[in-house]
Amino acid sequence: MAEKTAIRTNGQGAEDTGAKGALKFDKIIEVRSVVKEFDGVTVVDNMNLSVKRGDFVTLLGPSGCGKTTLLRMIAGFITPTSGRIFLEGKDVTMLPPHKRPINTVFQKYALFPHLNVFKNIAFGLKLKRIPDYKRDKNGEPIIDIASCRPLLNESGAPVLDKKGKPVPDLTTGKPIEILRKFTKAEIKEKVNRVLKLVGLEGYGHRDTASLSGGQQQRVAIARALVLEPKVLLLDEPLGALDLKMRKEMQFELKKMHDELGITFIYVTHDQEEALTMSDKVVVISDGVIQQMGTPKKIYDEPANAFVANFIGESNILSGTMIEDYKVRFCGADFACEDKGFGKNEKVDLVVRPEDIFIYPAGSGKGQLSGTVSGIVFKGTYYEMNIVTAEYEFTVQNTACFAEGSRVELMIQPNGIHIMKKMRTVNEMITTVNGENTVDFHGGSFAFDNPENLQKGDRVKLSVAFDKIELTDDERDGVIGGNIGQSLYKGTYYQVQVYTDDDDDVYVDTPDEWDIDDRVGIVIRPEDIRVEKYDEQEEEREENVAEGSDDAE
Amino acid sequence: MRNKYAPGKGIFALPYAVICIIFVVFPLLLLLVYAFRGEDGGFTFANFKEVFTNSTNYLALFKTAGTALLATGICLLIAYPIAYILAASPFNKYAILALLFVIPMWMNFILRIYALSSLLDMLGIGKSYFAAIIGLVYDFFPFMLLPIYTSLVNLDKSYAEAADDLGANGVVTFLKTTLPLSIPGIMSGVMMVFMPCFSAYAITDWMGDANTSVIGGKIQDLISHNQWGVGSALAFVLLVLVIAVMVIGNIVTKSRSKAENSALVRGGPAA
Repeated sequence: MAEKTAIRTNGQGAEDTGAKGALKFDKIIEVRSVVKEFDGVTVVDNMNLSVKRGDFVTLLGPSGCGKTTLLRMIAGFITPTSGRIFLEGKDVTMLPPHKRPINTVFQKYALFPHLNVFKNIAFGLKLKRIPDYKRDKNGEPIIDIASCRPLLNESGAPVLDKKGKPVPDLTTGKPIEILRKFTKAEIKEKVNRVLKLVGLEGYGHRDTASLSGGQQQRVAIARALVLEPKVLLLDEPLGALDLKMRKEMQFELKKMHDELGITFIYVTHDQEEALTMSDKVVVISDGVIQQMGTPKKIYDEPANAFVANFIGESNILSGTMIEDYKVRFCGADFACEDKGFGKNEKVDLVVRPEDIFIYPAGSGKGQLSGTVSGIVFKGTYYEMNIVTAEYEFTVQNTACFAEGSRVELMIQPNGIHIMKKMRTVNEMITTVNGENTVDFHGGSFAFDNPENLQKGDRVKLSVAFDKIELTDDERDGVIGGNIGQSLYKGTYYQVQVYTDDDDDVYVDTPDEWDIDDRVGIVIRPEDIRVEKYDEQEEEREENVAEGSDDAE
Repeated sequence: MRNKYAPGKGIFALPYAVICIIFVVFPLLLLLVYAFRGEDGGFTFANFKEVFTNSTNYLALFKTAGTALLATGICLLIAYPIAYILAASPFNKYAILALLFVIPMWMNFILRIYALSSLLDMLGIGKSYFAAIIGLVYDFFPFMLLPIYTSLVNLDKSYAEAADDLGANGVVTFLKTTLPLSIPGIMSGVMMVFMPCFSAYAITDWMGDANTSVIGGKIQDLISHNQWGVGSALAFVLLVLVIAVMVIGNIVTKSRSKAENSALVRGGPAA
C-alpha cells in the first residue's frame, strides 16, 4: 500500500480494441475469453489476461491446470477453441508461430542436436529478414529513379538528356526499400553478444550434447533472445535443473529481464520461483485464473482458499469478525489488522506456519493451547503439527518441542490474513453527512432517501459489487482509489480497490485493470441502499442468529 | 575371490558363436580357399587375375552398381513421403498403416516375385530391365520404409516446434530440422536396400532380360559352369566392395554434421 499515490500513465489509451472496454495500460499481450478443449475436455476455461509491456509475469499452478496450454496458445502452437489473442492490439489468434514476434524457451530446451551451439543460436537469425535500402558496391543506398523529380537548370526548366528525356534529380528521390538477410558478420556479432549475455562466451563451436543441463538451458535462452522478441515465453525452463543451479538461473533470468526490458511470460508450478522472480503472478487452477497480483499481494492476501493453500504452507480457517480489528476463531479472540467487515461477519482466514509463535504450556503468553502431534526437521527449522480443540495447526519454528508436549500458540495481528467469504455486496456502517448524501470511504455520495434520514444518523450502507463503476480518470469519480488486485470470476473481474482511507471496496467490472492503477469510484444514487442502523437492536439480532449460524 | 575360470555371462553367447562359425565364418573361409586355389589345388592368384583382366566383369560391376543405385533411389523417393505421412499421428494412430506396408515381407520373396511378374505380364510388361527394377523396388521397399518411419516417429516434435518458433515456415522447418534429423534413418534404409540390390540375383534373373545381367548372375553362371575358383574370387571382390561402401557411408554420415558445425565458427564456408 506504500505505492498508493503512484499514478500509472496510460500508455496507448487511444488504441482501443473495442468490445470489452477501454485500454487501461500498455498491453502487449491480451488474452480474451479464451477456451481450449482437447477431445471434449476443457483445459482452459474462458481465460482473460492482459500482460503489460516489460513485465515479468508468471503463470503459476499445479500440473494440468492449463498454464502450459495457455502459453502454447500465446506462442501459436495451438489455436484456441474460442476466444481471441491480441499482440499489441492486433489479433494474432490464427497466426502461425513463425509469424509472431514471440520466442519460446522450451521445457526440454529442444536444442537442435545436429547443430552446434553457434548454429543453434544463429538458426533464427539466418531466417530473419530486416528492412534496408538496396545498396551499391560502396554500401551507398541506390536511389529509385522513378521517385525523383526532374533535374532543373538555373532558369527552372527541366534538364534533358541526349534522347530528350528529363534527367532525374537524384537528391529528391527515395532509396529503394528491400528486405535483406543478416550478413555473416552481423550474425556472428549478434550470436557472440548473446553468448556473452548468458555467460557462455567461447562455447560456440561446442556440440550441444556435450553441455551440462544448465549450459543447454542458457543456449536455449540465448537462441530465443537473439531474435529480440517482443515477448519471451518460458515453459518451466528450470524444471530439469538441480536446486543450486535453479537458484542461480532464477537470479540471472531476473537480471536479464531487467537489463533487456523484454516482456517475460514464465510458466512454473514452483510457487517460490514465482514469488521470487515476478512482477505479477497469475495463479491458475482447473483452467481458471484464481488470482492475479504482485507476489506480495498473492502471499499476504490470497483471494481464496486455493491460492492460500497453493502459495506456501498455510493454515486456513473459518472465523467470525467480532468487530473491526478483532476476529474470533478456534474459540478465542484475536487482534487482527483487518476492518470494514460487518459485525459478526463470517470470514475465511489464513495463518502462515511461520507466523505462529509457540510457548510451553502454562507460560500464559499464548491465546490457544494444544498438543504437539508430529515433528519434521526441515533443515533450518522444525515443522510441527499442533492439535488444538478445533483445528490442527502447522507451525514452523527454530525451537523444537517434544512430541506429545502441551504448548500454547500465539498469533500476532499481522500474522492473520482475513479473506472475505464469497460476497456480492459491500456493506459498511457509516453516517449520513449531508442532505441526501452519505459518507462512503471519505466521499459524499448522493442516495435516494425515502426514510428521510437526517444528517448525523448512523446508517448501514450496502452497495452491490456490480453497481459500482470505476472511471479511468480519478476526477470523474466521487472518491479515488488504487487497484489492489483483480480476481477473474469467469465473466467479469472482481477488483479490489483501496480507498484513500485505507479501506477496500470490491467491484465487479467487465474491464481489466492493472495493479496500482488510479481510478475514480462512481455509484448511482438508486444503487445505494441505506438503512437506519440501531446499534443495540443490531446486536440483539446478531445474538439470536448466532445459534443457527454455526452450521456454516 | 572369484574363480578366474568360472564361466561368466559370456557362456550364453556360445551357441550363437557356434552357429556363426558354422554358417558365416566357415562358408566365407571356404570362399577364400576356393578363390585362392588353382586347378592343381595349390595357392594361386590366377583366379583374381582372371577377374580383374576380363573387361566384361567391370562392365557388369558398373551396371550392377547403377541398377542398385537406381532401385535404392526410387525406393527412397517413394518411401520418405509415405514414412513422413505415416509418422504424422492423425493418419496412423495405431501404426496399422505402417504394418500394411510391412506385411508383404512376411511372404517368401520368390513367391512375391512370381506373383509380381505374372501381374506385370498381365499388364503387358514382359521380362525387361524395367521389370527388374520394379521387382527390386517392390521387394526391398519395406527395408527403406521401416528405418525412415522409425526415425521420424521417434523424432521429438519439439524440434519442429522450435524451428517454427524461430521463424521457419513449414518447408524450411522440414529442410532444416526434420530432414537432417532423419538422416540416420535414411542412411540405414539406403544401406539395407542398396546392398541386397547390389548382390541381387534371383530377381534380376527372373524378371530381367538378357540385358539385365548383373554381377550376381555372372557368379552363378561361372559356378554352374564349374569355374568355382573364378566365381569365388568374383564373389570375394563383390563382398569387399559392399563392405567398403558400407564403411564409407557410415563415415560420411558421422563426419557430415561435425563438418557443418565447425564451418561457420572457423569462418569457413557456411553449409
